[in-house]
Amino acid sequence: MAADRDTKVVTHRFGDESAKEIATYEAQGGYQAVRKALAMTPADIIAEVKVSNLRGRGGAGFPTGIKWGFLPKDADRVYLVCNADESEPGTCKDRELIYWDPHQLIEGMVIAAHALGATDNYIYIRGEMMREYAVLERAVAEAYERGYLGDGVFGTGTRCHITIHRGAGAYICGEETSLINSLEGKRGWPRLKPPFPAVEGAFAKPTIVNNVETLANLPYIIANGGQWFADLGVGRSGGTRIVCVSGHVERPGIYELPMTITFNELINEVCGGVWKGRKVKGVIPGGSSMPPLSADELDVPVEFDALMSDERIRPVEVLPGVLFDMGGGRQLRSMAGSGGIVVMDEATDMAEVTARIIAFYRHESCGQCTPCREGTGWLAKIATRVARGQGRPGDIDLMATIADSIAGNTICALGEAAAWPTLGFITKFRADFEAKIAAAGKAA
Amino acid sequence: MSIEFSADAQAKIDALVTRYPTKQAVVLAALHLAQKEFGHLSDEAMKLVARTLDVPYAHVFGVVTFYTMFRREPAGKNVLRVCTNVSCMLRGAYDVLAAFEQKLGIKVGESAGDFTLVEEECIAACANAPAVICGTKYFLDVTPAQIDDIVAYLKDRPHPESEVV
Ligand SMILES: Cc1cc2nc3c(=O)[nH]c(=O)nc-3n(C[C@H](O)[C@H](O)[C@H](O)COP(=O)(O)O)c2cc1C
Ligand code: SF4
Ligand code: FES
Repeated sequence: MAADRDTKVVTHRFGDESAKEIATYEAQGGYQAVRKALAMTPADIIAEVKVSNLRGRGGAGFPTGIKWGFLPKDADRVYLVCNADESEPGTCKDRELIYWDPHQLIEGMVIAAHALGATDNYIYIRGEMMREYAVLERAVAEAYERGYLGDGVFGTGTRCHITIHRGAGAYICGEETSLINSLEGKRGWPRLKPPFPAVEGAFAKPTIVNNVETLANLPYIIANGGQWFADLGVGRSGGTRIVCVSGHVERPGIYELPMTITFNELINEVCGGVWKGRKVKGVIPGGSSMPPLSADELDVPVEFDALMSDERIRPVEVLPGVLFDMGGGRQLRSMAGSGGIVVMDEATDMAEVTARIIAFYRHESCGQCTPCREGTGWLAKIATRVARGQGRPGDIDLMATIADSIAGNTICALGEAAAWPTLGFITKFRADFEAKIAAAGKAA
Repeated sequence: MSIEFSADAQAKIDALVTRYPTKQAVVLAALHLAQKEFGHLSDEAMKLVARTLDVPYAHVFGVVTFYTMFRREPAGKNVLRVCTNVSCMLRGAYDVLAAFEQKLGIKVGESAGDFTLVEEECIAACANAPAVICGTKYFLDVTPAQIDDIVAYLKDRPHPESEVV
């Protein structure tokens, strides 16, 4: 049955302060699915996850079951790492999932670890999340006390340990190969791929990195079956979606909703409309690295494939009439990313928003690749002068050309994370940039 | 004179070392502990971490300079991290930051008395923008009018970041 707006799979305990206690979690049926999973074979769990159409909630939307299938069959040791580094601007769901329902995540991890044959597992939590770290540490300790983590979990012979690993302030550590280096106690420099982590990751062993929300869904997939989860969603996207709505709406918030809800429905029916009685100008659909949608593109659903391929979304251009090429002639519309939806009203200065977004990626560039390090530096300089009303004729095309030369030429996707919104904002809101540059010309 | 970890911190490090296949993996955790014990990461503190985990000092130094939460200088008891990223900016974060600067009489990056003021990137509280974090305490939907109360609250009840290490 398709999800409706009241369907809450992973957020149903939000708002209940007692739900983070293991006793409450268990009284509400928690830690039953994992018992069922431990009686299943790893292959059966992976098959169930494949049927579920669960897609990664960390940014790329990659099918979880397929990713798990990339592990070499003969690996002597495998690591599972939960990515709780949440720091993509506009995204604030993983932090809440940990705070309100830490045992749901732990249960999901034990299920995943059993499916992958991973015995020693880690939760990489962002260093600034101190309140959540304390909650998680307590929950992990409770799970150890009850024998749900340890050398033989739930009375079986299965070994499953979880160690919480704190980051220390670096956005780039959310990127999975950077995260792995940070887990190894190094600078968080992304690694060249291949080898992919599933083949050679943490401590040179096959490693699966999954997002908090991805893992939190697993107990329900095991309890109710993969088909049930697939049916909640649509097409190739199973389950519900947590969206984090911020910016200029009356009721910003973290909402778990059907994949099929459109941006217009979300803004007007769930979030009480645009604030101050204004109209919407644009929306960032999946964290600040994703190209924005303009006001006439908001009848598209929040679902992964729709944002990539719905023809009502105009593809991103490098120059007017010249489409951006993602490689192999593929067009870029947008992506559902991390679920961070930022709504901007008609009074928003898009040149200013663009400059702030670029400043962020420049600050977080690890500096390993020249196109990213130098390119984000130049972009930041030009975008800032345009935003401050000191732009020069030609600055728009200069920004677009620099962005185009970053994309596809770097070790990790932070390059794209800077380039895509730059090109997207210019494509959709070129008039804002032109007006500021024209005004600067008059003032000079 | 070389410094040492307290027995408590040393026990935590010893326990963590058993959790990973390498000692090096504990560098970040040991640095968090050192920062808690010594207030900031002096050369002596970094040498202590290197010695404790059998890793080169240069490695520890490289790690400390990569991550923004590690400090080589002392800071105030309360590190106020004010988010100015896009969701917060759209709802007035720069006015909030300016109000903190005025109230504390310092600029971003500076310390005075019990406070250090940091302009932070997104702290994953975007649906309650503008957001400010201080240790385990979040201040949400902040307006400039609330700055006096926030500062008074933290003077009474400091929330040092080392509290949860
Ligand atoms: C620059 C950058 C930052 C990222 N930050 C995060 C993050 O904070 N949290 C996250 O789960 N994934 C993040 N990702 C995606 C991860 O690399 C990885 O794809 C994800 O954790 C996989 O989990 P999933 O398949 O469950 O989505 C980031 C990727 C890039 C390129
Ligand atoms: S793209 Fe940027 S962040 Fe990624 S590895 Fe290269 S320099 Fe570092
Ligand atoms: S943008 Fe400020 S908390 Fe996310």
